[in-house]
Amino acid sequence: MIQHLLDGILVGAILSLGATGLTMVMHMLRFANFSHAELLSIGAYSALVFDQLFKNLLPVMATQIVPLSMTCALVLAMVAAIGITGASAVLFDKLIFRRVREKGEELSMVFASFGLALIIRNAIGLIFGLQTKLYSQDIVFATVLSRDPLILVKPDQLATLAITLMIILILHLILSRTTFGYALRAVAENPSLAQVNGINLQRMIIIVWVLGGTLAALAGVFYGLNNQINPVIGRDLVLPIFAATIVGGIGSIYGALLGGFVVGIAANLAVMILPSGYSPSVPFLLILLVLLMRPNGLFGEERA
Amino acid sequence: MIGVISYLVFFTTVASILAIAVLGLNLQWGNTGLFNGGVVAFFGAGAYGTLILGGPPQDGQLGGYGLIYPLALLGGMATAALMAWVVGILTLRLRHDYLAISTFGVAVAFENLMRNAQWLGGGAQGIRGFERPLRSALGDGFAYNILFLLCVLILLILTYLFLQTLVASPFGRQLRAIREDETAARSLGKSPAHIRLAAFVTGSVIMGLAGGLYATFYAFVSPQDVLPTLTFQIWAMLIVGGAGNNRGAVLGAFLIWAAWTASGWALSRFAPVEAQLYTGSFQYILIGLVIVGMLLWRPQGLLPERLVVSQSG
Repeated sequence: MIQHLLDGILVGAILSLGATGLTMVMHMLRFANFSHAELLSIGAYSALVFDQLFKNLLPVMATQIVPLSMTCALVLAMVAAIGITGASAVLFDKLIFRRVREKGEELSMVFASFGLALIIRNAIGLIFGLQTKLYSQDIVFATVLSRDPLILVKPDQLATLAITLMIILILHLILSRTTFGYALRAVAENPSLAQVNGINLQRMIIIVWVLGGTLAALAGVFYGLNNQINPVIGRDLVLPIFAATIVGGIGSIYGALLGGFVVGIAANLAVMILPSGYSPSVPFLLILLVLLMRPNGLFGEERA
Repeated sequence: MIGVISYLVFFTTVASILAIAVLGLNLQWGNTGLFNGGVVAFFGAGAYGTLILGGPPQDGQLGGYGLIYPLALLGGMATAALMAWVVGILTLRLRHDYLAISTFGVAVAFENLMRNAQWLGGGAQGIRGFERPLRSALGDGFAYNILFLLCVLILLILTYLFLQTLVASPFGRQLRAIREDETAARSLGKSPAHIRLAAFVTGSVIMGLAGGLYATFYAFVSPQDVLPTLTFQIWAMLIVGGAGNNRGAVLGAFLIWAAWTASGWALSRFAPVEAQLYTGSFQYILIGLVIVGMLLWRPQGLLPERLVVSQSG
């Protein structure tokens, strides 16, 4: 029970990061972006490339930061991955979403995002191969927190959780304390009114994509670190991430953060009642439950 | 020669079945603006429903009711209707993202359920041993396939005529009114939530019909038949053909299915052996490019929707 809860919190942290970026994009551009989870894949794979590169350039960097399996190279690679993922998010918007948007076909953007997701996912499969990869081949032993009941935790998981909580705090401070945070919320509430007040809409959209890409890259690397990297990360995570945004209420950043943890914990606790084969369905059941009881999510407001 | 003809019969049968599903999607997306991210779930509900109701008894498994075929097919369509109704009633009064996400979710959950629930759909092995209607009279040969193709074509034409009538009726005008301006429609006393639900369920029933025919044709269905790929293919067919135009939907179905099978054949024939593993990836990228490319350069499709003024002056 406690082990499942703990695992759920760790998965939840990763989903939170993904859902936060997604909910911002969905709130501002008003479409369900099915390609968001592919940004996690892009993040995970670009970190993999840079990790190898840095290790080969400077062998010193291959030493692990004890007790983690993470190396200095991977930390630097993560920064590079954030850059690449943010840039690709902006590029996709420029190449596809903005053009579809300007044609006034808002609903078509959902189709476009699906098409883009297919292209990205399979292009990654073609470039890196369909087999799974890992950042580090070394086995990191889990630390035993308690023997009865048996609770195991890996140092990497704790580091992931700590970094996620730190990022959430930073995000909170930015949104609630800075002019930029106000501008972001203003644009999401009412784009035209925000523009009248001198907020540059185009720039805000770019910033939202960069932010979404940054969070997605981190989530992707953490996912790869705690599980494994394969081309179908996006396919496997898209529904849980969407479920997190719905649980929190689409458009609510704090809701998405909380929703991520709710989905992660629920999916792990469900293993105790349902056979584990059914776990891919859990996010959908959660969506149905939320729509039945609180259609606008925990924090969402009604908007047509 | 007979080989070519029987292949053509096979190809036309599958393409016509898919065209029926595309027509169902056209009612939802093309005419009403409802995004269905889980076409395959309703298609699959029809397929599984038909085989469970009409198939022979299986050990430790639901089904084996051995209903006469038309009833089994109707039962499959009813299964699709029920599923659409549940999803629709929960999501259609909310903003449109919810429908997109929930329908996508229902497809994931459906495939997952069928893969795991041995008692329901035979698990990963699927449902086997279905006796195709009239098989004892006609056998499994060429004559049967020709007759089956004719039945599918008749159903395709009936679906097409039904939808053409529906779209031209006052109900069809309501659909377009809601798609274009929901507030205006509501101010005229229309109830968007009800009308949307009716369109969503009707479209899903048509997809269920397609699914039932598909399962009958192969006399077999398994979780492999209800993968998200099919949803993407059906979208691509509608987007290429022209959303809002039923003739375009049928045209798109034949074009995309031809392109899909041709690309699959070409890749398996000409791609080097070590790349064979990746032919699927190539095909998905092609489908993705078709969807995105059409949306960017010809969003109205090959045959655009024809807007009609029903009462002038």
